[in-house]
Amino acid sequence: MSTPAHIPPVWMRRTSRQSLLLWLGWLALVALFVWCWQVMTQSTIWAFVLDAPDQAADIGSRMLPPEWGYLPELMLPLWDTLNIATLGTVGGVIMAVPVAFLAARNTTPSATFLRPVALFIIVASRSINSLIWALLLVAIIGPGLLAGIIAIALRSIGFVGKLLYEAIEETDARQIEAITATGAGPAQVLTYGIVPQIMPSFWGISVFRWDINIRESTILGLVGAGGLGLKMNASLAVLAWDQITVILLLILGTVVLSEALSAKLRKAII
Amino acid sequence: MPACFQFGKTAMLRLTNLSKTYRTGDKALNDVSFEVHKGQIIGLIGPSGAGKSTLIRCINRLVEPTGGEVRLGEVNLVTLGKSDLRRQRRRIGMIFQEYALVERLSVMENVLSGRLGYVPFWRSWLRRFEGHDIQRAYELLDRVGLLQHADKRADALSGGQRQRVGIARALMQDPDLLLVDEPTASLDPKTSRQIMRLLTEICSERGLPAIVNIHDVPLAQHFMQRIIGLRAGTVVFDGVAEALDETVLTEIYGAEDWNALRPETPAEPARAPVEVPA
Repeated sequence: MSTPAHIPPVWMRRTSRQSLLLWLGWLALVALFVWCWQVMTQSTIWAFVLDAPDQAADIGSRMLPPEWGYLPELMLPLWDTLNIATLGTVGGVIMAVPVAFLAARNTTPSATFLRPVALFIIVASRSINSLIWALLLVAIIGPGLLAGIIAIALRSIGFVGKLLYEAIEETDARQIEAITATGAGPAQVLTYGIVPQIMPSFWGISVFRWDINIRESTILGLVGAGGLGLKMNASLAVLAWDQITVILLLILGTVVLSEALSAKLRKAII
Repeated sequence: MPACFQFGKTAMLRLTNLSKTYRTGDKALNDVSFEVHKGQIIGLIGPSGAGKSTLIRCINRLVEPTGGEVRLGEVNLVTLGKSDLRRQRRRIGMIFQEYALVERLSVMENVLSGRLGYVPFWRSWLRRFEGHDIQRAYELLDRVGLLQHADKRADALSGGQRQRVGIARALMQDPDLLLVDEPTASLDPKTSRQIMRLLTEICSERGLPAIVNIHDVPLAQHFMQRIIGLRAGTVVFDGVAEALDETVLTEIYGAEDWNALRPETPAEPARAPVEVPA
């Protein structure tokens, strides 16, 4: 076979320089891992670690059998937990929608001022865990459901706002252009061109967040924001491990149910 | 402009030295000037990137022109403020390459969206359109043969059906001018012809002028009397469809054997297979 002169004889994905750099990068990562492992284990008391199976077995034996008689007492806190999650999600979504429209590049009225503000709200909301929000709010408005609801709502703004603004930015520009071309006003372009396109995302995101909020609201009681966590805190304080088993199983059951429900709802919407 | 296009009436649309330079410095349109009269359908042809899309979008200012004038009747569209521009946009119906229907709305909602410029926000939001608008929407759907699909979602229709909805939406505006951007580019040859036939019929029924961007030269020649050829943002041809000969096509698109695919010329002898180096 004769190869014309202008055709390179070999092909490689990377130049040898790139390969060397890549290899060095991996080496650095492995070295970092080894070093981290060393730091991590420095303050570990190995006697405790070796003891772990016995400790686990001990707690396990105290957790079993579950004290099922405790279950009726948990129904009201469970109802509270569901309310915190649901009302918190509704509140969060209501606040997130305008933030999302301000944050999306294609709908923001001012890219230089309002968009950064909206992005900041989203980041601030997301960077603080619900539990921390609850801690702050319990200190400000006192313990109870309201603190839990507001904590969940504030945490949800960031999540819903971020996913929703991304959905707004991914809308098909041609559909919006077509509505604009009819002579529609800005509010009409929004309701006819953009809103129909983001409806599936909107419902999907909201239901998904509700599902997450059910999980989060089960522990908010730990800091006094009402719901199942309050009961868990009380049981932990008196080392009633058999009651804690019941609470954990109840949380598990609730989360499984809410997840199944949210999966069904999302499927129905999209 | 050739004499045959002057009907002795004032032009419906007059472009004067229309220019568009993008921020990147690309000159998309270069002193484009022509007139469109009532009832006249113009085929706008030219290679990809010649500025056909930019040209029709500069007319209703979906793209802002950087120079020149666009006169629709007596109004210069280029200098209008936002709300005046919206009022003028109602007079210009637009039909798009990939239909650009709002996919998740029903066919009826899509057709009624042609009235958005005429109804207040709350009415459109609650879908409480006026009785005569709804009546008209049904009539237009009947005209384009989709009456029984009125309540289907737009994304449930086929390509040809969607383009018919697009046509009905544009007509719903009761326009004085149609801008049509590659109406058949996503359609098969038969549907393309049906859509072009429908468009030309509707235009002549209503004496509606139209500018149609089109890639397919034979289709353009078949359905349009007047053709404008655009090359690199400049009008290089403006004349009757019959005048589109080899020289003109080369002028517009560049050198190519234009007769090779024409049905009236005898088929070329099959070429010898290209030798592949072993």
